Amino acid sequence: MLDRTPAVRTRGLTRFFGDKAVLQGLTLDVPVGEVSALIGHNGAGKTTLIRLLLGMLEPTRGSCELLGCDSQSLSPETRGRIGYLAEGHFLWWWMRAKDAARFQRETFPSWDQQMFDSILRFFGVSPNDRVRHVSRGQRAGIALAMTLATDPELLVLDDPSMGLDPVARRALVEGLLAFARRDGRTILICTHLLDDVERLADRVAVISGGQLVVNASMDSFRERVVGWRIDRAISSGLQGIPGLIDSRQIGDRTHVVIADPDDETAAAIDRLGGEAIQEELSLEDSILAFLRPATMIGSLSHALEGK
Amino acid sequence: MQLKVNLGGNRPIYKQIIDQVRQAVSSGELPVGASLPSVRQLAEELVINHNTVARAYAELVREGTLESQHGRGVFVAKRRSVFSATERKRRFQHALDVFLADVSVLGYSADQIQAEVAAKLESFAATE
Repeated sequence: MLDRTPAVRTRGLTRFFGDKAVLQGLTLDVPVGEVSALIGHNGAGKTTLIRLLLGMLEPTRGSCELLGCDSQSLSPETRGRIGYLAEGHFLWWWMRAKDAARFQRETFPSWDQQMFDSILRFFGVSPNDRVRHVSRGQRAGIALAMTLATDPELLVLDDPSMGLDPVARRALVEGLLAFARRDGRTILICTHLLDDVERLADRVAVISGGQLVVNASMDSFRERVVGWRIDRAISSGLQGIPGLIDSRQIGDRTHVVIADPDDETAAAIDRLGGEAIQEELSLEDSILAFLRPATMIGSLSHALEGK
Repeated sequence: MQLKVNLGGNRPIYKQIIDQVRQAVSSGELPVGASLPSVRQLAEELVINHNTVARAYAELVREGTLESQHGRGVFVAKRRSVFSATERKRRFQHALDVFLADVSVLGYSADQIQAEVAAKLESFAATE
């Protein structure tokens, strides 16, 4: 299992638009059989990354591959093993649900009509419903059915929950979890919904300013990112704390977030004075700490890379 | 036993599962030999990744709270010590520290805490 080729592999992946680097030196492996969540600001480069992965854009430098094939030269056979759910659930509005199925069936040899039908039923869509007449949640259901019924090995989803009501969102998560339970299936999902990330993800990757600032298993991310509450307002000297990621002053308290704290960290916090208490952080707090201050992130990026 | 998980909280989901199973076993709600839902069943009920459930069960098996019987499922294990004497003591002290830190802010006196703990121990003994 350990030497299995990752489902997604990027090496120094860089893309400029004009003189602006949207992605810079991104090196990332998405292991087979796991759900990896990709998180970042709007405009952080997530959609650019997906377009590069699928070969819809050329890298300025570096490389990326899916299922062991270079993204720039994906064979039809390899494409047939990849499912892609684009942002906004794009469908042809004049089609009926069953036409959408016919369209996919002709392109993908491994089409699973039974799975398509059962996902439609789950979302309350009948085969004769027209795409333009169903609700947004049901459209998401049709798009998901079209993708999952191709029986992909790798599923790439760009913000699939956008605009969905809570019921459709939960249905989507259940569908993805059922997919992930099958042996050897890999999911790469971009989303802003951290509750969904908590339900779904084995791994989390955070992109900020075109760079990968977190790439870790969910467990090690939760364990290695730790908060401290200092009962004192501190205006300077925080930068000296090893592993510091984020700090905020709220009233007369200072909250700091630290990656991989050690004895040195504790000593540095002690030197600041004031009572300091370690606190567990929610997933949201930990991720926000990485996304908040663009100025402080760069030098810490390597701290959380790898396992 | 009905497991529940809270999302968005400070405790990762797999730790919430571990906490609740340990609690149910130590209170006697889950007696020795009781079976737990399969990984798949629990993952579907809680709408979470099956690997998260598998990790929680693996940890509970490692520490000796549960045992996995091949092909049959996961059961509450007979109590046995899987830790070295030092590790056992370390874990006990840690649990004690956490407990005392939690209750010290509630304003109970040492006598009251002792009385509450004694009463709880008696009710545990009664269920065994």
